[in-house]
Amino acid sequence: MTLSAPDISAITLTLQLAAVTTLLLMLIATPLAWWLTHTRTRWRAAVTALVALPLVLPPTVLGFYLLVLLGPKGAIGHWMQQLGLDTLPFTFGGLVVGSIVFSLPFAVQPITNAFAAIGVRPLEVAATLRASVWDRFWSVAVPLARPGFITAAVLAFAHTVGEFGVVLMLGGNIPGETRVLSVAIYDHVEALEYTQAHWLSAGLVVFSFVVLLMLGRHSGQWQRVPA
Amino acid sequence: MSTIDARFRSTLGSFELDAKFSLPARGVSALFGVSGSGKTTLLRLISGLMRAPGSLTVNGEVWQDERIFIPTHRRALGYVFQEASLFPHLSVRGNLEYGWKRVPAAERLIAFDDAVEWLGLGALLQQAPQQLSGGQRQRVAIGRALLASPRLLLMDEPLSALDSNSRAEILPYLERLHQQLALPIIYVSHALEEVARLADTLLLIDAGKITYQGPLVDGLTRLDLPLAHRDTAGTVIDTTVVSHDPAFQITHVSRGNISFELPGLHRAPGEPLRVRIAARDVSLALDMPSQSSILNLLPARITELTDDAPGQVLVQMKLEDSVLLARITRKSAHALNLQPGMRVVAQVKSVAVA
Repeated sequence: MTLSAPDISAITLTLQLAAVTTLLLMLIATPLAWWLTHTRTRWRAAVTALVALPLVLPPTVLGFYLLVLLGPKGAIGHWMQQLGLDTLPFTFGGLVVGSIVFSLPFAVQPITNAFAAIGVRPLEVAATLRASVWDRFWSVAVPLARPGFITAAVLAFAHTVGEFGVVLMLGGNIPGETRVLSVAIYDHVEALEYTQAHWLSAGLVVFSFVVLLMLGRHSGQWQRVPA
Repeated sequence: MSTIDARFRSTLGSFELDAKFSLPARGVSALFGVSGSGKTTLLRLISGLMRAPGSLTVNGEVWQDERIFIPTHRRALGYVFQEASLFPHLSVRGNLEYGWKRVPAAERLIAFDDAVEWLGLGALLQQAPQQLSGGQRQRVAIGRALLASPRLLLMDEPLSALDSNSRAEILPYLERLHQQLALPIIYVSHALEEVARLADTLLLIDAGKITYQGPLVDGLTRLDLPLAHRDTAGTVIDTTVVSHDPAFQITHVSRGNISFELPGLHRAPGEPLRVRIAARDVSLALDMPSQSSILNLLPARITELTDDAPGQVLVQMKLEDSVLLARITRKSAHALNLQPGMRVVAQVKSVAVA
């Protein structure tokens, strides 16, 4: 059996979504993790909880609020329309936004833990050796936190590949645009095409297993709280 | 002429710091005090790693005043921490080069290869910090700080995390640092032996306040200061090696017209040698004994006496330009009727290399 064209398109789209999401998440999660590690504000606990929220909320809740917020009547959607932009729901861009929110804790937590594990001493030493804040970040913090970055990237990627609820709420089921792997499987099952569903599902199982196996070797402090 | 003028005043939690001091252009200034007296806090304030109201001028350059606060990375300082704190992701070479690369070539104080050779790090350059012994790590940390071309070197108990072997390994390097570089060093310690061995100037700190600043010998021997009343109280004298008598394994050292004899030393004539004489190893006589097992009998003049521990008296004496302390019983002091201004013979039972 070979995969059908729509299924291949779903796989490609899923990988694209995961890659773009991971890339953007690293850019967002790194400064956020740095701030969480070094801030002394009393807002720290609240922000930490907010970042962790997607771990415990049902993805449908996240998807619902994003749909409302990004829709033409939502605060962000309205603002985007005023700027002459298209609204994000039911587009690939909307899926990226949803995936970033959905996977945010999986990227922020490993990086925060890695930054915290470094402690302030190496950064202080670097400061006494003429390194500016920016310089210390790149020459000391980033290399020392490398395992945290790897864990964060792998988890964010894998978690995005496995996303379903948010996609369904926010993206719908547009082939080539928002129809990702998990949605494709759902469609196959609905249509009683169990063979196709098996192929795609088994593929995801193998993929997830390999990812976790690689991470396990690499250790890591992360917990998946069931949604 | 002082090059470091500092004043800090701050309440940090329940700790009150009020420190004002001036330090000379070169040599080692020991910052000495018990744990919790504020030594490390003061060092962190000088480095800019911590901030408190105050002012700080180093070599005429303002590092801090009411309006200015130069961040740590723009202060020409070196900082050796208690733990070597080497970067684990860099090799020994990478660690040494870290600060060195960040200093413009024209401003470098010391050539890379010189520092490596000087600290005996040549064979270690490719190794990872995790492979080194504690003493080796601290040597790398010292080299790394020196290669950042500091105009002021701060050392926060650099030996306290080491075992006695590693400590003995590092101390000669610190002494050479002291002798060969015209670099002011502030050396934090709570070990009196280290201070006596390395320092030229002493800063005593107690509960966040500087209680003494001045020459080391005065700080060690002034009877109104706490160090003279410690069990290990004593003086130091900077001497020069004169000759060695191989038959008896005795080395003669001198300072002016005073000379001492020390057993079991191997130092070349002309070498500087700082000796330490503990107060409890000095006894007094009114006349020069004709026969004695004690080698070092020195004419001295009493400058001051004070009661010490119960039944004991601390006697401060002048010996040309040196100061000597003797701890004797009150009974003996009474029997000899010791008074300031009297000439006595100090019988020094033991002279040790500081």
